[in-house]
Amino acid sequence: MKILVPLKRVADPDNANKIKIPAGGATIDTTGLEWKPNPFDEYALEAALRLTENGATPKTRGGEVIVVTFGPKECETTLRAALATGADRAIRVDAKDDELDGSIVAKALRAIVDKEKPDAVVMGKQAVDGDSNQIGQMLAQHLGWPQATFAATIEEEDGALLVGREVDGGVITLRVKLPALVTVDLRIVAPTSVYSKQTKRDFKYNDGVRFAALPAIMAAKKKPLAELKLAELVSDTALKVQYSRFEAPPSRKAGIKVKDVAELVTRLKNEAKVI
Amino acid sequence: MSKAPLTLEQLSGVDHLLSDEERLVQHAVRRFVRERFLPGAGVRFEEERFPVEMVPEIAALGLLGASLTGYGCAGMSAVSYGLALSELEYGDSGLRSFVSVQGSLAMYPIWRYGSDAQKERWLPGMARGELIGCFGLTEPDAGSDPGAMKTRARRDGDDYVLTGTKMWITNAPFAHVAVVWAKVDDGGPESIKGFVIERGAKGFETPTVKGKMSLRASETGEIVLDGCRVPKANVLDGATGLGGPLSCLTQARFGISFAVLGAAKASWEAAAAYAQNRVAFGKPIAAKQLIQERLVDMAQEIAKGEIMAMHFARLKDQSKLSPAQVSLCKRNNCKIAIEVCREARAILGGNGILLDYPAIRHALNLESVVTYEGTHEVHTLILGKALTGHDAF
Ligand SMILES: Cc1cc2nc3c(=O)[nH]c(=O)nc-3n(C[C@H](O)[C@H](O)[C@H](O)COP(=O)(O)OP(=O)(O)OC[C@H]3O[C@@H](n4cnc5c(N)ncnc54)[C@H](O)[C@@H]3O)c2cc1C
Ligand SMILES: Cc1cc2nc3c(=O)[nH]c(=O)nc-3n(C[C@H](O)[C@H](O)[C@H](O)COP(=O)(O)OP(=O)(O)OC[C@H]3O[C@@H](n4cnc5c(N)ncnc54)[C@H](O)[C@@H]3O)c2cc1C
Repeated sequence: MKILVPLKRVADPDNANKIKIPAGGATIDTTGLEWKPNPFDEYALEAALRLTENGATPKTRGGEVIVVTFGPKECETTLRAALATGADRAIRVDAKDDELDGSIVAKALRAIVDKEKPDAVVMGKQAVDGDSNQIGQMLAQHLGWPQATFAATIEEEDGALLVGREVDGGVITLRVKLPALVTVDLRIVAPTSVYSKQTKRDFKYNDGVRFAALPAIMAAKKKPLAELKLAELVSDTALKVQYSRFEAPPSRKAGIKVKDVAELVTRLKNEAKVI
Repeated sequence: MSKAPLTLEQLSGVDHLLSDEERLVQHAVRRFVRERFLPGAGVRFEEERFPVEMVPEIAALGLLGASLTGYGCAGMSAVSYGLALSELEYGDSGLRSFVSVQGSLAMYPIWRYGSDAQKERWLPGMARGELIGCFGLTEPDAGSDPGAMKTRARRDGDDYVLTGTKMWITNAPFAHVAVVWAKVDDGGPESIKGFVIERGAKGFETPTVKGKMSLRASETGEIVLDGCRVPKANVLDGATGLGGPLSCLTQARFGISFAVLGAAKASWEAAAAYAQNRVAFGKPIAAKQLIQERLVDMAQEIAKGEIMAMHFARLKDQSKLSPAQVSLCKRNNCKIAIEVCREARAILGGNGILLDYPAIRHALNLESVVTYEGTHEVHTLILGKALTGHDAF
């Protein structure tokens, strides 16, 4: 199976308090932020790797995983990490962050799918910076492909994927015919979440995203990394999503410590007015 | 507290000097150590047990012989290798010692001094963790002065027959192959040769040293050679004299001088976090001048040690690192690391003597690390000789 996995780098959520908004609120100042791969995209890559191998012999690839990202040259760090983890090749679509919105990315991905003809696109359900949760759905629409969102499990069948989605009160199982698009949720990296046709059903993965092995890190710099121009992929590069203003959440007042339960009750009643 | 406190990484700023590849190596090993090793670290120390069951995972990560090229080894730069060892030592020096011995002391002499046939025979299996190696130089009566070793290899036809005892040998109790150094026939130190002895050879025993109060999560043993016959095919012909084993030590010492910063960082972080939450005399102790001075002194030494290690690692990658510089880095970083860990232990107060916190485990481990690979004093004498021209051993 050939799988395309889009990856996005996001500002490290653990350092989100470092985000600065210059006066006027027209933009976000990203200088000094630390970047990390979007966690859901890392889960998507793990799922794609599991689908293209026999879990018992992961060094032998049984398919191809292509990772693609949009952004400036520095984003290649994210791609190299993915190549070190096991992806077979990478594509960077050169673009500045402020030239991109969900609509443009979905259209550009469509053009890449047309070129690469993967059997499936496996992607994170959302990026943890904007939390938009829309590119997967838009891309499936553009492609006219079946989609299964928020996947918690994926099993490969002949010409289809069996996808489990956790919903309130149970699991919905969808069978999507290939080619198909799947967006993944965090449970997808549990030990028994993903099975390729080659992987025995009693095989258990380690929980979580696999470790990049050191020789693979060294070898990653020799794996192919192609660069494409955004304008080669989409004709209409006008932004559909326009941000009018950014505002930091109001800073929280410092908490207080109460002496005893009696004081807590009094304050809840008189100050917080919740009881 | 107004802003999030500065981390050690931000203070030294060494992170900004790393390439993407070096950072990936650091993060891969960091994740492995924190997710897979650290949860049981205290218990393993208490049980005096090296986790043999983790060897396949350690090998799969590519940590064994990682600085060597070919034969399934990762071929990493000195910087990447140092960073990896430092992350391992952040977990436990026993884990790091296992990796150092396998790579720098057992695989390296075969890689450097062995024939092609010998390399093919042992290195791939050692890189995969299927063959564990150890390095037998020290003896009960010859540690700092290995030239005084008593182990003899007597030629007998095409074979050698080895007799003697090696002491304090890391990994010996479960090793499949031992690189043992011995004097040949009636020769002196100049006759020393390396022999690869395989488990199962007659007259080869490896009793375990029990009751260590340091490096408890590492297996240490003796190698008892009682007329042990070693075929010619197992002699490392590329090395003669003390230069052979000493070159291995130079490799390992460099790694160690980088590694011990991991133990220091783990202890510092534990003490700094504790100081934020521990209230004495009405305030977190982190807000007391005496605690701040201690944390600052410790952080300062760690930053200096890291800058030195990074500088020497870059020199090593250009093949410009001298043994005297390795001694300087080993001597300085082991000394400051053990002091940082002891100080961190003290900041943790009574809690500091518990294995629930990492500081005492690291401080105890470093007692071994200060002693092996050339004691602090031996490195002083190496540097003293280099700087004055007088041999004061
Ligand atoms: C946990 C552990 C694991 C080890 N693993 C290995 C291993 O895998 N392989 C191996 O071969 N060895 C190993 N060693 C042995 C280690 O290398 C030796 O312990 C070390 O070289 C010191 O030798 P020694 O213990 O005989 O001390 P000694 O050499 O007897 O030294 C005793 C003291 O005298 C000092 N001293 C020595 N000479 C002088 C001098 N000229 N002037 C002033 N002071 C001096 C020393 O600094 C030290 O303080 C290990 C040791 C330990 C503790
Ligand atoms: C094995 C053992 C046996 C013990 N037996 C007994 C016993 O029989 N009976 C008993 O009552 N207690 C006993 N203790 C407790 C011992 O007295 C305490 O551990 C000791 O008083 C330190 O208190 P602490 O551990 O709470 O550390 P803390 O008081 O929390 O101190 C933590 C660190 O902060 C430093 N510090 C504290 N205040 C300041 C300040 N104002 N400025 C700068 N630095 C400061 C300390 O020096 C220390 O480094 C025992 C402890 C141990 C380890």
